[in-house]
Amino acid sequence: MNKFLKWFASDSFIVSLAAIVMGLLLGAIVMLIGGYNPIDAYGALLTRVFGDWYGFGEALREMTPLVLTGLAVAFAFRAGMFNIGAEGQVIMGMTGASLIGIKLTGLPWIIHAPLAIIVGALFGGLWAALAGYIKAKRGVNEVITTIMLNWTALFLCNYIVRTFLLLEGNQRSVDIQPSASISIGWLSEMMGNARVHWGIPLAICAAIFFYYFLWKTKQGFELRAVGSNPEAARYAGINVNKNIVKAMFISGVFAGLAGAFETLGVFHYQSVYSSLPGYGFNGIAVALLGMTHPFGVLAGAGLFGALTYGSAGMSFDAGVPPEIIQIVIGSIIFFIAAQGIVRFILKPVYKRKKEKVL
Amino acid sequence: MKKAVKLSLFMLLAFSLVLAACGNNNSKPAASGGSEGEASGSSSSVKIGMVTDTGGVNDKSFNQTSWEALQALQKDKGIKVEYLQSKSEADYQPNLNQFVKDGYNLTWGIGFALQSALTDIAKQNPKSNFAIIDAAVDAPNVESVLFSENEGSFLVGVIAGKMTKSNKIGFVGGADSPTIKKFEVGFKAGIEAVNPNAQFTAVYASGFDKPDEGKAAAATLYNDGADIVFQAAGGTGTGVFNEALDRKNQGQNVWVIGVDKDQSLEFGDGVTLTSMMKRVDVAIKTVSQQVIDGTFKGGTTTTLGLKDDGVGVADTSSKNVPQDVLDLVQSYKEKIVSGEITVPAK
Repeated sequence: MNKFLKWFASDSFIVSLAAIVMGLLLGAIVMLIGGYNPIDAYGALLTRVFGDWYGFGEALREMTPLVLTGLAVAFAFRAGMFNIGAEGQVIMGMTGASLIGIKLTGLPWIIHAPLAIIVGALFGGLWAALAGYIKAKRGVNEVITTIMLNWTALFLCNYIVRTFLLLEGNQRSVDIQPSASISIGWLSEMMGNARVHWGIPLAICAAIFFYYFLWKTKQGFELRAVGSNPEAARYAGINVNKNIVKAMFISGVFAGLAGAFETLGVFHYQSVYSSLPGYGFNGIAVALLGMTHPFGVLAGAGLFGALTYGSAGMSFDAGVPPEIIQIVIGSIIFFIAAQGIVRFILKPVYKRKKEKVL
Repeated sequence: MKKAVKLSLFMLLAFSLVLAACGNNNSKPAASGGSEGEASGSSSSVKIGMVTDTGGVNDKSFNQTSWEALQALQKDKGIKVEYLQSKSEADYQPNLNQFVKDGYNLTWGIGFALQSALTDIAKQNPKSNFAIIDAAVDAPNVESVLFSENEGSFLVGVIAGKMTKSNKIGFVGGADSPTIKKFEVGFKAGIEAVNPNAQFTAVYASGFDKPDEGKAAAATLYNDGADIVFQAAGGTGTGVFNEALDRKNQGQNVWVIGVDKDQSLEFGDGVTLTSMMKRVDVAIKTVSQQVIDGTFKGGTTTTLGLKDDGVGVADTSSKNVPQDVLDLVQSYKEKIVSGEITVPAK
């Protein structure tokens, strides 16, 4: 069993890597057809991300919410659920964080900022737990409820921002108190004012927590059991309904953290969004890229974030339209989702390799 | 164990790739960093950039108008122009910074959405010049350009008030924000000035990128008997036009008043009664020209109104609007310019 798992792990690594390479190649072909130089373009992408400290810091900033929403989707997935509502949970997290960050005054930094983060995480968690509860109690499919709750969250939060937090004459809230900011001032200064914040290390901690919780604790074992086979889990004496709500709650906490970090670390205010900002949907892609494994999610978010952030470099330095980078990202996800194709292409190489490995 | 070795090997590979990339490309930004600062002199060395809001450069609205204005400048003056699209509001700062780092002489922020990002970047880079449309940024190196949309809307309100047959007129706004409110209030004042009996209804969509909502809003207004709808809703407004086109094809006599640019060129003058022009291009050209001439000062807020031809009625209006109405519009315009009439803004 253990051996099989090992084999599977390395196998998915190869497939992921191959999918990425194929995606990049397909992107290169599209660029060639469009008359652009793919080497220049990918070079410009790398320069934008790794060329200087500012770019690197901003790329980290771009990756952070992706890591967390990716973890949110992956976590629910491990418990056998598809959380499409990370989007709404992110917005709830933003609202929770900005309510605390704006309305509470006179607290020292050491209390205010963590409190805002925790409340943001709770908002996200409870929002997701709501969908979990409806599923556990009434068996309503969480895909439907979480999608619906995305819109509910969007308009509810817009209402809250407009009514209680609005900066007069603007489509956004007033700024949060300085004591609630989680920006790292000195590091930001060192990195040419890139908006780095404490959420970045915390997101990595979240991935480690994900791994530890799911594979090293009894509760995590229960969750995975429910995810693999709810009927068998029930037969084994596991309370499936409780685990569904719990899994959704923790999933929502991850997403809520993403929102809280965006508000407290990046913007320092909350916008009135006219449409869903897209964090949660990108999270689905990241979770897929990472094979719903926490460290895979870290890598997936790194790739996705670097591509998204670097794409502006492609259009700026190499003149490639930003649409092309969307094709590249799209094709990487496509190849990962359609593993059959990758395996088919890899087959000749792969057979030999498998013999060697085993 | 084997897995761990593989994992670390993979990480090592990834890390070395990263390092290699760092080493290779370090030279590029350093070189361009040297040219930062004032690059005045011949106009060919002037570089002007613009950052779009999330609407993107093909929004058929002010982002597009701005970019077209910059391209025209490139053609006429031989300057270098470039744009960066923002996919999300988090992109505003890095995009603005990209132009700063590349030593651009002026960076435009298009739209009030960029206000806070541009404020931050302008403070962090006091030596670079910026300009912003539709928002006032209080910094010595930023030129802010606002428009008196209420004055232009007043004039199209006059046209609507004179041209309506059902005595019902509608308005579709993209968002219930102070900027869009200026359109509605001015429009309403214009109608009331010439046709106090006309019924006026305003509807707001939830964003500027929702053509479906625009279509639904227009359908409601037309069903209620309105025959003219003024849209100030960006991409949402295309839905208003589509609804009107559908009805026109079925023989109903309905009209749309376009916004920002002459929309009869895009949707046809069969359905476009007139357009409230917001000359973002004039603003872009004027301020950019100051940079080319070296007369850019910054730190001021300009409001372009009827007086400066910053807003107005499209020239093609004469196709659908009779001359006596246009004469009336002209006389109101003169009264507003002379200060005899003050158009409300709130």
